Amino acid sequence: MQTDDPTMSVSSALVWACRRDLYLAARSRAELAVVLLFFLLVASLFPLAVSPDPTLLRAIAPGIAWVAALLATLLGLPRLFAADWADGTLEQILLAPAPLPALIAGKVLAHWLVTGLPLLLLAPLAGLQFGLAADAIGILVASLALGTPILSWLGATTAALTLGARGGASLLALLVLPLAVPVLIFGAGAVESFAAGIGAEAHLSLLGAGLILVWVFGPFAAALAVRIAHE
Amino acid sequence: MMTTGSFWFQFASPARFYPLAGRMIPWFGGAAVLLSLVGLYIGFFVAPTDWQQGESYRIIFIHVPAAWMAMFVYLVMAFWAALSLVLNTRLSAMMAQALAPTGAMFAFVSLWTGAFWGRPTWGTYWVWDARLTSTLILLFLYLGFIALRASIDDPRRADRACALLALVGAVNVPIIYFSVQWWNTLHQGASVSLTAAPKMAETMLAGMLVMGLAAWAYTIAAALHRVRSIILEREAHARWTRELVR
Amino acid sequence: MIEWLSMGGYAYYVWMSYGALAIAIVAELFALAGRRRRALEQLAEHAQEDAFEEQAA
Repeated sequence: MQTDDPTMSVSSALVWACRRDLYLAARSRAELAVVLLFFLLVASLFPLAVSPDPTLLRAIAPGIAWVAALLATLLGLPRLFAADWADGTLEQILLAPAPLPALIAGKVLAHWLVTGLPLLLLAPLAGLQFGLAADAIGILVASLALGTPILSWLGATTAALTLGARGGASLLALLVLPLAVPVLIFGAGAVESFAAGIGAEAHLSLLGAGLILVWVFGPFAAALAVRIAHE
Repeated sequence: MMTTGSFWFQFASPARFYPLAGRMIPWFGGAAVLLSLVGLYIGFFVAPTDWQQGESYRIIFIHVPAAWMAMFVYLVMAFWAALSLVLNTRLSAMMAQALAPTGAMFAFVSLWTGAFWGRPTWGTYWVWDARLTSTLILLFLYLGFIALRASIDDPRRADRACALLALVGAVNVPIIYFSVQWWNTLHQGASVSLTAAPKMAETMLAGMLVMGLAAWAYTIAAALHRVRSIILEREAHARWTRELVR
Repeated sequence: MIEWLSMGGYAYYVWMSYGALAIAIVAELFALAGRRRRALEQLAEHAQEDAFEEQAA
């Protein structure tokens, strides 16, 4: 290894990619607003389809909020790689003298900041719609805070795998949703356990462990997927 | 490299593996038929009637082996997938491709038989018990693999994309099983569970094991047959395949 | 014999299960045979093209 190696360091690559994607996202704010509106809309469909009975709604609220968050994340996934794939930028990123996992981590972080984080802020609204108590809403937000990044990483790897594949968004959904089931179970389960008086610590710790795992392995899995897509 | 190791490496070539697989199929196919006959005989004529569930419990002789195979085949698929990524061999990826449909079939049969066992035992066709729910998700994982395979045109790219998907899935499978188990015990307790099978008489266990072995032999035979067709499809440009049809 | 077939009243459930397995296996065997046949047909086509090319050359 040369001492004046021009390769970017991990942290600067990550920051560079994150900033770039945030800058690009700022130019298409409408797209992002759609994802958030989708979340609220899906959550609102359930009382209409099921029943407005407050007790029932309070019981199913965590599940609905989580399913809505999952679907909204799914909706926003293609934009992670689609634009860069279409104009060949992704290939340039692949060839850049910077660690690919770090670059992808930057993209995923930016993606979460732009779609996941706003979900956290909207979740209390959905919680209120369903009559969740304030402390339960707090647990909901905590579970989403831990879970949505996991979904972003699962989604990023799968989205990279489907680049250039026919089938688009429905194929992506078919691939991601089974993998997302544990996150859904522990996320919604955290709120339900809390509401039942058992406490959410176990669920939240499992989500936390999952979050660490995806941040450790996700960048490499997603980087491999991006490389495979460019063969 | 030991000479014993290098002997086996020749079979990593599709051309060499093709005839070998062809010779293996009748043995595994025959074993599958024999084991099935023995297993079914034990299941229907040797194992006693369950005092609680009557004759309906006899479904476990195909339900449980099917569930085992659905799970086991996925892991084997993931093994071949990992090998194909590490060694960059075509044949390993072809084996993974060949196993998927059979695994999906067993997952489906497991769900179907589980439903028809659940109806007389628990009153409904579908129970959200841990194993059935996990098998349902496993079926989706199989279908996703097959769908991804079908959506990528370049075969080598499809190999590697599906391999990564299979590995990510394989890592997730224990997590999924664990999370569904957790979810199930929290919500329903152990009462509604197909895993709480009738107290096993030895003959019942024997029947299940023999049927399990039969399913395993069948899977190998089916996968070998399928991989031969895949080899023919993908090696169409090679001389030796053209020679075959002369 | 009839008594055995009726499976203690559970005939419907038992035979729907075993029947489904039987159908699934038969379907898979047909699919396997069909796939092999199509692969060989494709190869035969390729071999014919080769023969034409050799003739033309």
